[in-house]
Amino acid sequence: MSAPLLQVQDLHAFYGKSHILHGVTFDIAAGEIVSMLGRNGVGRSTTIKAIMGDVPPRGSIRFRDREIGGMKPHQIARLGLGYVPENRDIFPSLTVRQNLYLGQKSTKKTGRWSMADMFKVFPRLEERADTRAGVLSGGEQQMLTMCRTLMGDPDLIMIDEPTEGLAPMMVELVGKLLSEIAGRGISILLVEQKLTIALKISHRLYVMGHGEIVFSGTPGDLAANAGVRKEWLEV
Amino acid sequence: MLEIITFSTLNGVLYGMVLFMLASGLTLIFSMMGVLNFAHASFYMLGAYFGFEISRRIGFWPALIVAPILVGIVGALVERFGLRRVHKFGHVPELLFTFGLAFVIEEVVQMIWGKLPVDYRVPPSLDFTAFRLFDTTYPAYKMFMLAIAIGMFVALLVVLNKTRVGLIIQASLTHPNTVAMLGHDVPTIFMAVFGAGSALAGLAGVIAGPAFVTQPAMAALLGPILFVVIVVGGLGSLGGAFAASLLIGLVQTFAVAINGSLADIFGASAADWFGDLGTVTVAQIAPIIPYFLLVLVLIIKPTGLFGTRET
Ligand SMILES: Nc1ncnc2c1ncn2[C@@H]1O[C@H](COP(=O)(O)OP(=O)(O)OP(=O)(O)O)[C@@H](O)[C@H]1O
Ligand SMILES: [Mg+2]
Repeated sequence: MSAPLLQVQDLHAFYGKSHILHGVTFDIAAGEIVSMLGRNGVGRSTTIKAIMGDVPPRGSIRFRDREIGGMKPHQIARLGLGYVPENRDIFPSLTVRQNLYLGQKSTKKTGRWSMADMFKVFPRLEERADTRAGVLSGGEQQMLTMCRTLMGDPDLIMIDEPTEGLAPMMVELVGKLLSEIAGRGISILLVEQKLTIALKISHRLYVMGHGEIVFSGTPGDLAANAGVRKEWLEV
Repeated sequence: MLEIITFSTLNGVLYGMVLFMLASGLTLIFSMMGVLNFAHASFYMLGAYFGFEISRRIGFWPALIVAPILVGIVGALVERFGLRRVHKFGHVPELLFTFGLAFVIEEVVQMIWGKLPVDYRVPPSLDFTAFRLFDTTYPAYKMFMLAIAIGMFVALLVVLNKTRVGLIIQASLTHPNTVAMLGHDVPTIFMAVFGAGSALAGLAGVIAGPAFVTQPAMAALLGPILFVVIVVGGLGSLGGAFAASLLIGLVQTFAVAINGSLADIFGASAADWFGDLGTVTVAQIAPIIPYFLLVLVLIIKPTGLFGTRET
């Protein structure tokens, strides 16, 4: 078996003196959809930020069998890691089209995704293409951040709580885009709190608690394990 | 009277546009660093001296191109090897660094070119009268300065709003982390912005040198006015910097030109009211008018005319 696309081993991270991640270990294979579940504040976002180099990581992070710990965020992004932050960090004063345009890493190479693809999945974005992104609804902004990252043609996309605070119809749209992404052979790391989408689309799931992985298995394993759900997921 | 108004308006707009050549770069640099660059006017002075030196050796036109580029390189090096290192230690050290840099540049300029003003003159090819109105003539060189300043303004608007690099810069000013995560090299972008801002200040120096006085104190004289412009316009707002540049340029020029006393303006009875103050001429108080405006704006609208930033 070849090495996984992303392999994280014994990852530790700190904010100042507070020790947030206590040795997180997990991996994602090429083309795999993996979910990272857990309650608020357990360190899921910190895990992704450490992988992206936004928080200084300690431990080993290998992407395509290459150590990326210590690299700068833009270098990591250029290796093919895409990140969709949890706060819907669009550029509010730029238009929807300009936001998508800045997702592209260069104007020369065209990736798997074109702006037309984005507009096909979300016709709403095309209608609002020349509107300032700051006035979009929360759901539309979420779509935009995901599409913007896709424009950079990542091989693995890490998406932080894409459905948080969205109406059911929007949640369904997000699910549709995730399937579209997976359909093109791109790996997904989905960070979620709710099980709705995660159980439906994931090949494997991890559950985090207090800065460590406390469960790893298939959706079937998790469905069968009421103990883990009760202790680490249900509120 | 019409004559005074026409020429003062021209001169005021010109002065304002030169101010904006500095204020625009300073505003962009402020947005990205979060602190004011006290050395910004020093890059303007470097532009004037480089312009003088290059003009003297190979002519004004090459100087117009080469001097701003050299100043831009100095600026980029200062960012890369100075500010970026100091940045880790917080805003106060950064501020002190730029403050110290201003003194260093002034000292170096004095060491090389001396304390007295240098003889940086309008090039002969531009040394003629552009037009005559009533009994006053207007020099072609000032029209040239105006054209350069307006050209720079248009170029800045186009680059920032119509080019990919400009969009990346705009996004980096407010969301540097997000831009980096999309694969753009933000530190290099910042270095380029700092360099370009310095180059613009340098260009202003090259063209303003012959019109004003090229001397080691020119940075220290212009610096405070520049801060007034930035604060009155609203820290970090380019539109605000533009409006404030023109406002300060016009107000100061008119104040000098009117040159009447308060008593003349408000009538003889004002003399009783103001006492000795009534006989002070507007031209005499012209230098403090910008600071008066600054205080006024800060009282009425602390964020500046166009500012949104909390300070
Ligand atoms: N910038 C920061 N400075 C200090 N502490 C932080 C910072 N960001 C997060 N933390 C702390 O680190 C812990 C983990 O945060 P993280 O954002 O990774 O949680 P999470 O699992 O993504 O949960 P959620 O997104 O629901 O808040 C929390 O206790 C949080 O308070
Ligand atoms: Mg989170």
